[in-house]
Amino acid sequence: MGLDGWIWALDGWILVAAVLCAVSCSLLGNFLVLRGTSMLGDAISHAVLPGLAVAFWISGSRSGTGMFVAAVAAAVVTVFLIETLRRTAGVDRGASMGVVFTAMFALGIIMIVQVADHVDLDPNCVLYGSIELTPLDQWEIAGWLIPKAVVTLGITLLLNGLFVALFYKELLLTTFDSDLADSMGISSQVIHYGLMTLVAITAVASFESVGSVLVVAMMVVPPASALMMTDRLSGMLAWSAGLAAMAAVMGHGSAIVVPSWFGMGSTLTSGMMAVSAGGILMVCGLVGGRRGLVTRWVRQRAFAAQVAADDVLGFLFRLEERAKSNAPTSAATTGHEPSESLTTKNPATAVQLSTNLGQSLPQSMRVLSGLVRRGEVEPSGAGYCLTDAGRRRAQLLVRSHRLWELYLVEQAQYEIDRIHEKAEAWEHVTDESMRESLDRATSQTALDPHGSQIPPEVERHNP
Amino acid sequence: MIGPSVAWVATETSEAWLVALWRLLTLADYNSRVVILGTALLGCAAGVVGSFTLLRKRALVGDAISHAMLPGLGIAFLVATLSGGDGRSLPILLTGATISGLIGAAAILGLRSTWRLSEDAAFGIVLSVFFGAGVALLGVIQSLEAGHAAGLEGFIYGKTASLSWTDLMSIVSAAAVALLMCAMYFKELALLCFDQAYAESQGYSKWWLDGLLMSLVVGVAITGMQAVGLILVIALLIIPAAAARFWTHRLSRQVVISAGIGMAGCFGGGMASALLPNLPAGAVIILACAILFLFSLMFGSSQGMVWRAIRRWQWQQIMLRQHLLRAVYERAETKISAPEIAGESEVRIDIADLMISRSWSKPLLERLVDNAQREGLVTRIGSQVALSRSGWIQAKRLTHQHRLWEMYLITHADVALQQVDRLADDIEHVLEPSIIHELEQLVQGRTVEVAKSPHQLPEPN
Amino acid sequence: MVSDRPATSPHSAGNPPDLGANRSLISPLQVWDLTVAYQRTPVLWDVAFQVEPASLVAVVGPNGAGKSTLLRAILNLIPRASGKIQIFGDEFSAQRRRVGYVPQRESVDWDFPVSVLDVVTMGLYREIGWLWPVRKQHRSRAMEALNQVGIADLAHRQISHLSGGQQQRTFLARALAQNADLYLMDEPLAAVDAATELAIIQQLRAMKQQGKTCVVIHHDLQTVPEYFDSVLLLNMRVVASGPVAEVFTPENLQKTYGGRLTLLDEVSSAMRRQEKLL
Repeated sequence: MGLDGWIWALDGWILVAAVLCAVSCSLLGNFLVLRGTSMLGDAISHAVLPGLAVAFWISGSRSGTGMFVAAVAAAVVTVFLIETLRRTAGVDRGASMGVVFTAMFALGIIMIVQVADHVDLDPNCVLYGSIELTPLDQWEIAGWLIPKAVVTLGITLLLNGLFVALFYKELLLTTFDSDLADSMGISSQVIHYGLMTLVAITAVASFESVGSVLVVAMMVVPPASALMMTDRLSGMLAWSAGLAAMAAVMGHGSAIVVPSWFGMGSTLTSGMMAVSAGGILMVCGLVGGRRGLVTRWVRQRAFAAQVAADDVLGFLFRLEERAKSNAPTSAATTGHEPSESLTTKNPATAVQLSTNLGQSLPQSMRVLSGLVRRGEVEPSGAGYCLTDAGRRRAQLLVRSHRLWELYLVEQAQYEIDRIHEKAEAWEHVTDESMRESLDRATSQTALDPHGSQIPPEVERHNP
Repeated sequence: MIGPSVAWVATETSEAWLVALWRLLTLADYNSRVVILGTALLGCAAGVVGSFTLLRKRALVGDAISHAMLPGLGIAFLVATLSGGDGRSLPILLTGATISGLIGAAAILGLRSTWRLSEDAAFGIVLSVFFGAGVALLGVIQSLEAGHAAGLEGFIYGKTASLSWTDLMSIVSAAAVALLMCAMYFKELALLCFDQAYAESQGYSKWWLDGLLMSLVVGVAITGMQAVGLILVIALLIIPAAAARFWTHRLSRQVVISAGIGMAGCFGGGMASALLPNLPAGAVIILACAILFLFSLMFGSSQGMVWRAIRRWQWQQIMLRQHLLRAVYERAETKISAPEIAGESEVRIDIADLMISRSWSKPLLERLVDNAQREGLVTRIGSQVALSRSGWIQAKRLTHQHRLWEMYLITHADVALQQVDRLADDIEHVLEPSIIHELEQLVQGRTVEVAKSPHQLPEPN
Repeated sequence: MVSDRPATSPHSAGNPPDLGANRSLISPLQVWDLTVAYQRTPVLWDVAFQVEPASLVAVVGPNGAGKSTLLRAILNLIPRASGKIQIFGDEFSAQRRRVGYVPQRESVDWDFPVSVLDVVTMGLYREIGWLWPVRKQHRSRAMEALNQVGIADLAHRQISHLSGGQQQRTFLARALAQNADLYLMDEPLAAVDAATELAIIQQLRAMKQQGKTCVVIHHDLQTVPEYFDSVLLLNMRVVASGPVAEVFTPENLQKTYGGRLTLLDEVSSAMRRQEKLL
């Protein structure tokens, strides 16, 4: 294994810090993504620099709450400037972010250079972070030695969790429909600045330990992944938190393991966490329940298979019908004859089906074997014919088809030669209630526009 | 041109400093010449390309793409080093960065179209994941051979102050190519920014056009990044273009102005950092651009905030004065039978009467009357006001115009009259003479019957 | 329709031009010379009108006539250059709870991860209050509202799966849940199927029966007499206003506005949809 160098006392804390950071970022990130402000994490993480410089100028030290407060203040100023540019000057949101954060960053660099002669305020540290060093800087709390980063990130997560839980309604409403919120007296501005202040606090709390790359990644990537998995905001919050935690764990593991495959030493955890989050996004994008490519593909395939099976059943049903009407004593007209009467048996071969339905021979055979397995079709001599269950399903399909044809001619004034393909497409998605409305909307005739009998609805079968 | 003033100041202050300034302004110094020319050219190219991305509502694409180049750098370095070559060979690094930048651009377009993710989310994803990969790769490289990768750091922060002749040449060629492409495909890019659906309906492939624009961004970013650093490139791609929006509504002018602002910012910033000690050139250039942006924001001829505020204030004043004059005139009209005859200015109106004619507050009305009196439009006699001679003429014209407008809106109610400032634009300048004649007839007809203001319903009692 | 009397002020005993005859109750909405301008281009110009309690009022006018702006100005969502607005004889901020807003359907992102029930429950947020969670009683009230508009079976669907008509019904249900006394609706009948249009109109009539007032931006002149009690024809200013029977005589209107207005409106909203697609 590549995890030889794993030391719980160190790596355990790193993991805890990483998970705390990832989850607190992703909680707020959901709202950033839904509000179309995903890049704010990036903007804020660059724009805190002047705040750090000012705090250092004043306090002369690198650590402490002063630094934290100043950075958060700089972030709030940034958000305010971005909003003001957007609202009052009509600058596009992306552009206003770009203008403000680059200018703030430049200002910060210049200020730092002025004071940096006698201090190591390393902009590197802000960008990449040094989560590997978190276990080294510890506080003693109730007899426990806990890394400082874990404490601050824990508090941050608590704050964010409380904020999202307490203001869930308001966040949802102002994000979805800010005009309605304002008209109801729920100020979207207040909620916006509340959210932004917490984004700033989270970003600043995370920088020192994990770096801004990770802040941006965790604010955007897990929420975007969650969007692939669910279509509820509450679900999205849960998914994003879970996926973020997963990315954190995978990231730290892979930072140790992956380079060893190439015979190299471990790399930076923060970078690998972002990469892991990207990998998770790809997986969600493939198999996600909502927008996943594979899911969509499977759904399409399943529907195509259903259509093919429906076609086969409908064909067999019509074959039986024709046989019945050709027989001198029709069973269908009385309606009392048991449907499995021998005269209606009318098998069709796979070749016959494939030529008539425009399916390839292997496809028809595959469909048939599937239907046989489900007991809707049974082999009969050289061909196949419907079972009772199959006949019931086929009857409903044909009923839907013919009702649609009748409806299109009667209600929508369609030409009779154009109705078949419409009905053919819609019969697969027509359910009982729709058939009922169709029946009600059309005249109470038993014949479709082509003169074929419209079969009756099948009674629910209760064995 | 500035020679005499230099000579004059030289007597007063430090001569050495001025000599430095003089040498700088004339670009006599080789190093500052390279730096200033290089960054200015870059600013020009970035300003042009940035205009298109801004109008395409993708201002931050430069941010995402330039971050996406980092893993390419790392991989190129690793591959070159491990295969025994020189990891810091510029062509190899640039090739790697370009490829990963292009992959990043493709990823943005792919995320958008495949998963219906919003633009900003796609930017955020590409930026953070690619940059994360880059950071991880740099970590590996650093552990591989400490110090060896130091050169790569320069790509993030740039080395503006120490641009070499080769850097300048690569900037010149990249800027030339970018400008040439923008000129060649100007109308296609304009169409893409203005109306993508229409462009597609005209047979242009969205992918091709977006790809072209993204490639231009990659081109500018790759040249700029190794010369001046990542953040400066992002700033140059956004700030000049955003500033130019305050000066014009026309795309062709926007592009030119944006290029100009980019150049000016780089020029000014480069000068300042060369003159003042201990100022990193890249950061100073960004600040110079930001100052130009601020100036444009305030004083830009088309959208500048100051002009807008002044215009709005003036408009408000005109509107209020017109309200007052019209109210007085309309009251006066009801008092005398034939307002056209002389002596009309003697008609006195109670301020209390005016009070109920509009929803204005007492202090506001008082203030308006005072202002109008100062302008010689009305005279105030106790609790009454009367229009002066010039006030009467003005009020009469206003009221007439107003009624024509109203009549127009009513008789042509199927057309919304947009973009007309009815306070300032005379109706004669907006509408056809024949229509005005028709309206005059209608207004006259009404006057004889009953109405002055045809919109009003009978007041309930 | 035409008067030589000047518009009266709220400080006097007089009222602004009325859209009805009966005035025994406080008017839900009174507007005096409202002027709204974007930059220097006025969008609304000296608009004055008054709405009768328990009535259905149509706001009709060409695109760009300031219809949406009027609603947004009443709701204090945009600043006004001059004028005065009263809701039930009071400031808007004091009567906020009694006002419901149905925004344009295009104003929200229908891909948003919420269910139909979630959207309807939003109408109750103000009532639930800050910090309180949505409880069972609120959800059942939201369900009731969904029942009234006939889409209770869609309650747990995500909103992107709705048809245009169903989206509009969702918005209406949200307004119903809000249980306001005055509703301002921005094109609730735009691009809906005939069945939805009928269902919405029936709902509006039921609301009127309960003494509620609806001010509805409407795009189809033909159906105004059938659906509404009074009408406000807007083209930056009030072109005509009053009870449909008085103002909206077919001969009178066909002559002036004809089919042109509807057609133009259709074309411009089609263009707007086109732009949305970009």
